[in-house]
Amino acid sequence: MKALGDLVHWLTDPANWQGSHGIPVRVFEHIELSAISVILALLIAMPIALYLGHTGRAGFIAINVANVGRALPSLALLAFGLVIAISLGLGLGFWPTVFALVPLAIPPILTNAYVAVREVDRDIVEAARGMGLSEGQILRSIEVPLGLPLMLGGIRTAAVNVVATATLGALVAGGALGRFIVDGLALQEYDQLMAGALLVALLAVATEVSFAALERATVPAGMRAIR
Amino acid sequence: MKRGNLLLAIFVAFAVVASACGGGGGGTSTKPDVIVGSTNFYEQITLGELYSQILEANGYKVTRKFNLGARDIVYPALKTGQINILPEYLATLLAFVDKDGKIAKPTTDKNETLAGLKKALDPEGLTALEAADATDQNGFVVTKDTATSKSLKKLSDLQPVAPTMILGGPPECPQRPFCLLGLMSVYGLKFKDFKPLDVGGPLTVAALEGKQIDVGLILTSDPSIVAKGFVLLDDDKHLQLADNLAPVVRKDLLSKDDGTLTKLLNSVSAKLSQAELNDMNKQVAVDKADSKAVAAAWLKKQGLIK
Repeated sequence: MKALGDLVHWLTDPANWQGSHGIPVRVFEHIELSAISVILALLIAMPIALYLGHTGRAGFIAINVANVGRALPSLALLAFGLVIAISLGLGLGFWPTVFALVPLAIPPILTNAYVAVREVDRDIVEAARGMGLSEGQILRSIEVPLGLPLMLGGIRTAAVNVVATATLGALVAGGALGRFIVDGLALQEYDQLMAGALLVALLAVATEVSFAALERATVPAGMRAIR
Repeated sequence: MKRGNLLLAIFVAFAVVASACGGGGGGTSTKPDVIVGSTNFYEQITLGELYSQILEANGYKVTRKFNLGARDIVYPALKTGQINILPEYLATLLAFVDKDGKIAKPTTDKNETLAGLKKALDPEGLTALEAADATDQNGFVVTKDTATSKSLKKLSDLQPVAPTMILGGPPECPQRPFCLLGLMSVYGLKFKDFKPLDVGGPLTVAALEGKQIDVGLILTSDPSIVAKGFVLLDDDKHLQLADNLAPVVRKDLLSKDDGTLTKLLNSVSAKLSQAELNDMNKQVAVDKADSKAVAAAWLKKQGLIK
């Protein structure tokens, strides 16, 4: 019970809400780090997934290769990223962490987007082709809109994973909410450590909820009745 | 030239025979057997080599028991006589032996801490010999560029420029008396910001090199100081406890000896400055040189062995 009291005390202490090491700054850093990692993963995974989904080629191989990303330990990627970032002069903290997070975000985005395009009713696609739509038009105006909820589901999974894992950045001198966990451990200040963990969990849940809302909002009007 | 060599060879041969006979027949001064130990840390192994080689060069039979583990393992080995000489750090060993500070507390003064350590070691049948100037304790470094552009040599030089600088160190630094708290109270330094990194490890080195911090905490004998050309700022107001290096020996070893051993080990400590120690650490840890060769070369350079 004392631990809970300490936690509440830490979270309500105004000193922890101010300055460059305060909660708002750390939350912002966490969101910035996670957003950039997910955006980079999208830029890599989406074109591949859409191409493979649309053509139906080599999807099995691509997805399995991407899934290796899930198996690689993020901690090892972080260490590797640190070495690369230092040698490229990118510094500590931010970029090494991005390097560790992008491979974590790619598999769910790639898999879901591929499946989303593949699962669009082939009759609709054939009808569109018969009406004279180009392949690009088919992808843009049929496959992507119909598959969008499923694609967003993949991005949601990726984003939640990334938000929960971005705490690793503190190990390589990064900011973000992991700072509270790593510093709390170093100082044996368990109230700070728990507060950090709680804030990360809350942020992950908030990410989950906002993406779920976005998914619902993007279901095409014609498909809503099915739900 | 040739004849000279031959004469020398004959002379050496006689000397060897004579000394062998002397040993067998119970000569005038018998030298006790020495067992030098060390923890599992390159600096300690180099120190162990320095002690071993100077004693060997003066006719002692030395057994090396290096790389034994942490202090918790090595110190009991010294107490029970499995080793009888060990390189140690004054303040840290004093705090380790006399945990509650009942006998003596480590201070920032080398001689005071040495005296306290001797008192604390006495009931254990141990003593410490003269301490070197070289230390292994919290140090604060800047890059060579920063040192020249802001003309920094000692910690008190930071006073006017600290508000524009970022300090980097272990996450616990802002709350530790020998880190940021001490820098504020003893030196009156107020930094622009503090960046949590590691304990003088690769992150601190990279952050200094990448200019993400201006001042970094690195241990005073860390090889990266020499390897990266960092400038170690002198602790001119004595914030840090005196963790100078000194050999700790068993008293029963000294009682069997005629005082030569003490004199020899003290001569090593007398020459062991911070720069000399750091240079050897860099050779061993960064250049991967053999600590035996590094120690031999240093002893020769200092004129301690031929």
